Amino acid sequence: MIGTAVAIGIDHVWTQFSDGLGNVKTVHQDISMSIAKGEIAGLVGASGCGKTTLLREIIGLQVPSQGKIYLMGQTLGDYLKDSTKTAAQVCGVLFQRGALFSALDVFENVAFPLREIGINEERLIEHLVFMKLVTVGLNSHDAWLKPAELSGGMIKRVALARALILEPGLLLLDEPTAGLDPIASQDFVDLLAELHRQLHFTVVLVTHDLDVLRDLCTKVAVLADQKIIAFEPLPAILACGHPFVREFFHNPRAKRVFRNLRR
Amino acid sequence: MPGQTLRLIETRLENGGLGMALVGDWTLINLEPAKEVAKKLRALGADPDVHWDLNGVDLLDSYSALMIWQAWGWRFPASVQGKPEHLCFLARWGQLELPQPVPQLPFVQLMGLTINKMYSSFFDQVLSVLTLLGQLVLDLGHLLFNVKAIPWPDISNTVYDAGVRALGITALVGFLIGIVLSYLSALQLKMFGGEIFIINILGMSIIRELGPLLAAILVAGRSGSAMTAQIGIMRVTEELDALSALGISHSLRLVLPKVVALAVVLPLLSVWTSAAALFGGILSAQGILDISYKQFLFKLPEAVPLSNLLIGLLKSTTFGFSIALIACHFGFRIKPNTESLGNETTNSVVAAITVVIMMDAVFAILFMNVGFSL
Repeated sequence: MIGTAVAIGIDHVWTQFSDGLGNVKTVHQDISMSIAKGEIAGLVGASGCGKTTLLREIIGLQVPSQGKIYLMGQTLGDYLKDSTKTAAQVCGVLFQRGALFSALDVFENVAFPLREIGINEERLIEHLVFMKLVTVGLNSHDAWLKPAELSGGMIKRVALARALILEPGLLLLDEPTAGLDPIASQDFVDLLAELHRQLHFTVVLVTHDLDVLRDLCTKVAVLADQKIIAFEPLPAILACGHPFVREFFHNPRAKRVFRNLRR
Repeated sequence: MPGQTLRLIETRLENGGLGMALVGDWTLINLEPAKEVAKKLRALGADPDVHWDLNGVDLLDSYSALMIWQAWGWRFPASVQGKPEHLCFLARWGQLELPQPVPQLPFVQLMGLTINKMYSSFFDQVLSVLTLLGQLVLDLGHLLFNVKAIPWPDISNTVYDAGVRALGITALVGFLIGIVLSYLSALQLKMFGGEIFIINILGMSIIRELGPLLAAILVAGRSGSAMTAQIGIMRVTEELDALSALGISHSLRLVLPKVVALAVVLPLLSVWTSAAALFGGILSAQGILDISYKQFLFKLPEAVPLSNLLIGLLKSTTFGFSIALIACHFGFRIKPNTESLGNETTNSVVAAITVVIMMDAVFAILFMNVGFSL
């Protein structure tokens, strides 16, 4: 199952939380899936079903109770230990609330990963940072603002710029379009699609945004009942009869969004 | 074929010129370790006679594109060929306009601005503490007529957090200070044969001075910092705004319970600390000077008139009031970033302890002639 063409392999992962009083809450029950390189995988599921937890496990912020996660054919630990690359070069992560460093301004936030891997030529950094800021649709004079002075949409954009600055092989996005207006959300889809054409990176994104699923994702994983009930291209998902899928994808709004989708 | 590493291949052209072919994945991960390639690129980039062939490039990321563009001297070389999307990507660097850096102010002006800022910031702070105090008085007045609005649960919580949970540490510190003080004084008194005065020294200094001061310093460090951080985090998570939106006054629900609770609990804590210190002192006196605990306790009321205890209690109430007020003031000054949270919490503790000691000095002067049995 774990070949070199696989970017992320999730192998029989269980996640359980115990409250210390003997109550165990199972979040993931024996999840297995493999995401091929270059794939844009959307992860959908009801609120609180463990999508973000799965994402955190892929990054290595949380260790699953059982099972293994492989990145680029190696176990997570081995992959990150590999001295030729740093974690930052492996994956760019966009957190739900941006997770910008509040003490640094926008410019320094975006430049942070560059400085961390040892690039210290100021002119180079300036060009890379401003190019990314322009790419995500920010004005260059926004660069001197502190995160506290930004609007929600701008925080998302800066966080995305930071996640993209090293143009990593793997991009993990936690609800990238939540809180963006429809135009910004469409811009985001176009931006990611264009970058993907150029750089062929692998993307895993948690989203509730049907437009993103339709326009961007090559495959969609549905997390329900503590399991991945399907990991297929969207048309195949739409044909699936699971109650959650029916509820999520076959309500009137979803039908409008998916009307033009070729089956 | 993606996945292969990058190379820079030198070729001879038919017309005898030098050709450079870029091959493979030109990405940050590959280019960063390949110092030789980067060096060669830079060396040949400015040469106008070189023909550049980018057709073999599979992946081209921004970093590599920028390195190539920089090596070319921020423009296309005379002779270049490659995939249109790559050339287009490279050309984007030419269109990027960097903002003008903000001009640095001259030193004198900068100094002037800094001093002016410090000056006005000091008055701002004094003003805002006074505003908070005034608001607090208004709130207290309001509560007099609206007894139902008194935030009892919040007051009780703070009494528990700042008082009950501080019993252990204040007792320990008081006890140890009592032992040390008693031991050091005993050594001196022995020399003059005035052992019995240990009771006066310990009783007076602990009940009137050390008990209230120790308790206040410990509470300022323990609860003052916690209050500042709590209000600060509420600012960061927008809880303060949520309270305002619900029409709930910050001063009534956040400041007043803390101030009232500390003003109530600090005198109690100071009595507790004094008791622990006296206990330590008694133990030590018994060991070194053979003054029994019975004798000590019997002589204590005589050596220390009651007014000293009352002065101690009055001081503690004032200390508690000001510690909570200062903690809240700095809490509201916190801006939503990590740096400010740390700075203001530090400022809060430093200011609270300084104010406590300054007020102690004021009390010492005010009650100069009160409470001495001589």
